[in-house]
Amino acid sequence: MSEVEVNKPSKRPIFPYKIKVENRVENPPRWLSPLLSVVAVVIALLVGALVIRIAGGQPWAVYKHIAKYSFGSLGVLSDTMVKAIPLMLVGLACSIAFRMKLWNIGAEGQFFLGAFGASMVVLLPILPEDAPQWLFIITMAVFGMVFGALWGFIPGFLKARYNVNEIISTLMMNYIAIEWNNYFIYAVWTEGGFQMSRMFQRNAWLPRLSDLAGRWKVFSGLTTHLGLAFAVAAAVILWFVLAKTQWGYEIRLIGDNPRAAEYAGVKIGRNIILVMMVSGALAGLAGMSEISGVVHRLQGAISPGYGYTGIIIAWLAKLNPLAVIVASILFGALILAGREVQPSGVPTLIQGVIMVSLIASDFFLRNRVRIIRRVED
Amino acid sequence: MDLLIVLASGVATGTVLLYATVGEIFSERSGILNLGVEGMMLLGAMTAYRFSATTGNPWIGLLVAMLAAGLISQVHAFIAITLQADQVISGLALNFLATGVSLVFGEGLTSLRDVVPQLPKLTIPLLNQIPILGKVFFTNHSIMVFIGYLFVPLAWYYINRTRPGLHLRAVGEYPAAADTLGIRVFGLRYFYVFVGGLLAGLAGATISLSISPGWFGVLTTSGQGWIAIGLVIFAQWNPIRAAFGAFTFGALRRLVLDIQGPSIILGLANPFFYNTYYGFFLKMLPYAFTVIFLVIGSREAKRKRIGTPAALGLPYIRGQRGL
Repeated sequence: MSEVEVNKPSKRPIFPYKIKVENRVENPPRWLSPLLSVVAVVIALLVGALVIRIAGGQPWAVYKHIAKYSFGSLGVLSDTMVKAIPLMLVGLACSIAFRMKLWNIGAEGQFFLGAFGASMVVLLPILPEDAPQWLFIITMAVFGMVFGALWGFIPGFLKARYNVNEIISTLMMNYIAIEWNNYFIYAVWTEGGFQMSRMFQRNAWLPRLSDLAGRWKVFSGLTTHLGLAFAVAAAVILWFVLAKTQWGYEIRLIGDNPRAAEYAGVKIGRNIILVMMVSGALAGLAGMSEISGVVHRLQGAISPGYGYTGIIIAWLAKLNPLAVIVASILFGALILAGREVQPSGVPTLIQGVIMVSLIASDFFLRNRVRIIRRVED
Repeated sequence: MDLLIVLASGVATGTVLLYATVGEIFSERSGILNLGVEGMMLLGAMTAYRFSATTGNPWIGLLVAMLAAGLISQVHAFIAITLQADQVISGLALNFLATGVSLVFGEGLTSLRDVVPQLPKLTIPLLNQIPILGKVFFTNHSIMVFIGYLFVPLAWYYINRTRPGLHLRAVGEYPAAADTLGIRVFGLRYFYVFVGGLLAGLAGATISLSISPGWFGVLTTSGQGWIAIGLVIFAQWNPIRAAFGAFTFGALRRLVLDIQGPSIILGLANPFFYNTYYGFFLKMLPYAFTVIFLVIGSREAKRKRIGTPAALGLPYIRGQRGL
């Protein structure tokens, strides 16, 4: 086992203590991992404050502004949830893939293809315009998931069959997906030459809380839509699959020790393709829920990089599907209220610092760091 | 559409990929996978543009860009080498960090167009008289293109024929053995991640000060850092093959832009001229080709048994069994 001595022992210790690092043999305490996640967020906020300060702003005022405009009232809380819905789904998409150490960073592209598939139902059209709302929602969700899964299948197949690095291939598929959507937005489904499709009719919208305002007055003006139920349900199902089923066990085994998994007879190639497709389907569902629940049309700017934020969320949640829900709400707030922060790159920077501190802090999960008294030689 | 012009601008565009790819080759040859190339390039492009604007000297901009990207690469080096974290996820983190820093400090730079001094362009006398090649490779190119020509063989020679190059390869193939021989594994890995950062910064600076001058936020690099990482695999960690791949890709990127120009190609009506919307499919091509290149690279690697550096992506922990 490795022992790194940070302070070189000198003959006459000026400081009678030294830091000793040793590998953890036992599992780290349960509270440590969430604590490190919180610390990472705090560090990121501090760095963000420093940058805002350098740029001549008032960090405290900015953070108060973010808190007020994301959690301050029922209305903005509802908007935060709206931003959190796609984040939950892409965060889950990344979590399941990362759990197998399958680096799907193509959630962004799968999101766009999901949006495309869902739009197809309305715009092609697959369903007649006056079909019932429940039928629209189900069909759009299925199309979104199928198209997202298809976009995940391609890199999954290439990885399983030709051992093509999935990091690069999924990322390239992101750029291709955006151009693919652009073609349809500009050339096929354009409305009057604008770079967007026509507005979907009302029965292709996901119901919102405000639709219930007739019965309960509290809900008036709240934009949170049914996608939240999709996302939470997906999180619970995914948690169950990963923690309690044989397939989930196989995924975790491949992630932890692929060689052992192979000896145990787990079909790795098949699982790569399957997990990529499930991951893609989740991201596709995120695209569908954004299109059907928020934007109500197909257009170019439907994602401020949800797919990439999903990577950080998955890591912040330590790949735990239930924790993804919490992490997504936090990032939903950051994206929602962070839009007005100057300089405008600050939210991206905060995300970056969170990610860096998280990964650095994993060191404490793998190692014990103790301060011990120097022993006289 | 003059094919020679397309090829010539392909060489210019490819130069960006060239620096980034060779930089990543250095890093990966030492055993450290750095996925932060895109972010480091962006940081380089932003810093170069900013410092070229404030100092009025593009060379200072270039130098600061290299240093900035080199410094930020050390974040990844620390996490991957000293803290022994997963290199994939750490590289992604570096990407987010570098992108964030670039966006914060790049604010307001877009409006500086036309006042930022650029790197000079040159034509090499005599060599530009060579038929075809002279026009493609030696006429009216950015000085960075010519530095690139010199840099590739030097990089190849350094890696394959010198003692420090031998140490570099040893550290990436079998760090435990290298350590036994007294080669400083940790120090060298830090150093070559730094070199990778310097070159990624150089690549970014080449974009913003010369090839397509300006600062356009994340669109400045538009995925070229990722293409470079893909090219490393295609190039099988060899700078010469990397140059071949980079110039091919550069030409492809240009072709995609230029093919929409003429109304007739090869005696046929040009569909991309008559329906400009097909341009979206053209824009997919560089990314699609990267995937195809990866398939080719992976298959070839399997056949020839030349693979990745054996210790790539694995943290070296002294005293532990294995590589």
